[in-house]
Amino acid sequence: MNPVLNLLLEGGRLSTAQMAQVLNLTEAEVNGHLEQLTKDRIFLGWRPVLNLSREEAGVVRAVIEVRVTPERGGGFNRFAERISRFDEVESCYLMSGGYDLLVFVAGSSLQKVAAFVSEKLSTIEGVISTSTHFLLRSYKEQGYLMEGPPEENGRLTVTP
Amino acid sequence: MDTTRFIARHVVTLPKSGIRDFFEIVAKMKDVISLGIGEPDFVTPWHIREAAIYGLEKGRTHYTSNLGLIELRRAICQYVGRNYGVGYQPETDVLVTVGVSEAVDIALRALINPGDQVLFHQPCYVSYHPSVTLTHGRGIPVPTLAADNFALTAAALAAAWRPGCKVLMLNLPCNPTGGTCSREQLEQIARFCIEKDLIVLSDEIYSELTFEGGHVSIASLPGMAERTIFLHGFSKAFAMTGWRIGYACGPAPLIDAMMKVHQYSMMCASIMSQDAAVEALLRGEDGMKRMRDQYHRRRDFVVRRFNEIGLTCHLPRGSFYAFPSIQATGKSERDFSFELLEKERVAVVPGTAFGEGGRGFVRASFATGYEQLVEACNRIARFVDSR
Repeated sequence: MNPVLNLLLEGGRLSTAQMAQVLNLTEAEVNGHLEQLTKDRIFLGWRPVLNLSREEAGVVRAVIEVRVTPERGGGFNRFAERISRFDEVESCYLMSGGYDLLVFVAGSSLQKVAAFVSEKLSTIEGVISTSTHFLLRSYKEQGYLMEGPPEENGRLTVTP
Repeated sequence: MDTTRFIARHVVTLPKSGIRDFFEIVAKMKDVISLGIGEPDFVTPWHIREAAIYGLEKGRTHYTSNLGLIELRRAICQYVGRNYGVGYQPETDVLVTVGVSEAVDIALRALINPGDQVLFHQPCYVSYHPSVTLTHGRGIPVPTLAADNFALTAAALAAAWRPGCKVLMLNLPCNPTGGTCSREQLEQIARFCIEKDLIVLSDEIYSELTFEGGHVSIASLPGMAERTIFLHGFSKAFAMTGWRIGYACGPAPLIDAMMKVHQYSMMCASIMSQDAAVEALLRGEDGMKRMRDQYHRRRDFVVRRFNEIGLTCHLPRGSFYAFPSIQATGKSERDFSFELLEKERVAVVPGTAFGEGGRGFVRASFATGYEQLVEACNRIARFVDSR
């Protein structure tokens, strides 16, 4: 695995200068690795992991199961890519089982999400049905627990 | 009334651990980055904790067999057979203990007659020599050297040996040095043990955290399983220090003798910890390997930085400790550690806490996050430059 990728996954918030120290590379080399990872579409970008339920503005999120008629030659890809381009869509996955695409959507209000589903998603040629589930509460995001105190690290400062 | 006169003579003369007084000082200070911690920074993986919770919910709160849960002993035999190449029988050859520390203690109590001599390599874990003393044995240190990457050599062993030696204690990879032996070195040691009719207590608690060349257990070498008590536990590899759970494997008569001491002192290891240990052995190896890979990367960084700073540091092949020499600073290991703590708020442990062989060295644990390691190394560099 690319050494910079390892550090991104396990290193917390290291600056490129710190990464360079850990990996015994120059900062330019670390940046080179990051650029290569970006070019290879492995490293897609940075996003903070937030607990938005604590933020007053808040957002409404929904999971939508979408059934579509696959196309000859393209399968589900053209649908999936088209749907993914909407700003409202946070994530989009092709699934096995009772439906084809699982779409995570976010909006500032229930009405806005509903409008997206009824006006944009359902009206795409080839979409057979949608089934929308609104998220009520999040317990874990991207590996982070939402509630409760962080895990204690009660190690003594010096031990044998 | 002077109550100290009631204390047994060999306890009165037993020195306190050199780590203890250092801990007292560090504990009172703020904003210290501690590289003095001898345990993983990872919390026990959740699936292991959850297995213990499940056991509690099901009312598994009773004593177990003195030897330990049979399902745990079976899992231990499979794990040891697969990873160390030694075959043990779960019914007769395994004893589950309260950490490896208890296993070391009861093995010595089962083996040592007053005056028996016990060889152990030094620098070494803080409890070895005192454990020997407490059984009225005599500890014979065998030096390991930075020049050998702190591996134990048969030559050093032969030089230290004297008539009356009965036991050899091994801790490979070693706390505090991270040193370990190659297969060839172990074969020479094994031949020496057979020639001198020594029994080996092999504490392999850091064996999963071997970064290069794979770990070889002395018990797996020809003629050695019958004269080795293999000691292991869950604390380091599975990040389970607080669970206090370990085990001993060996020839049935020896395990039976240890079991007698264990049954009259400890009775059995905690059932919750035993339930957790079963889960760790059956489903914990992937998580353990991920932790090991992180230690490996951190080690490469820390050892390189120490050498850049001018503190010569051999490459520890195992464990999560670096053991750099601080001789270039002209300070004693104690002055170095106290001044570093005072000036830069970084805690390392003076090497002499692990015996005379640690003179001129300090132990720095890299079981801590990258950000702290990077900052600690920068502070140490500033400290060394400022002298």
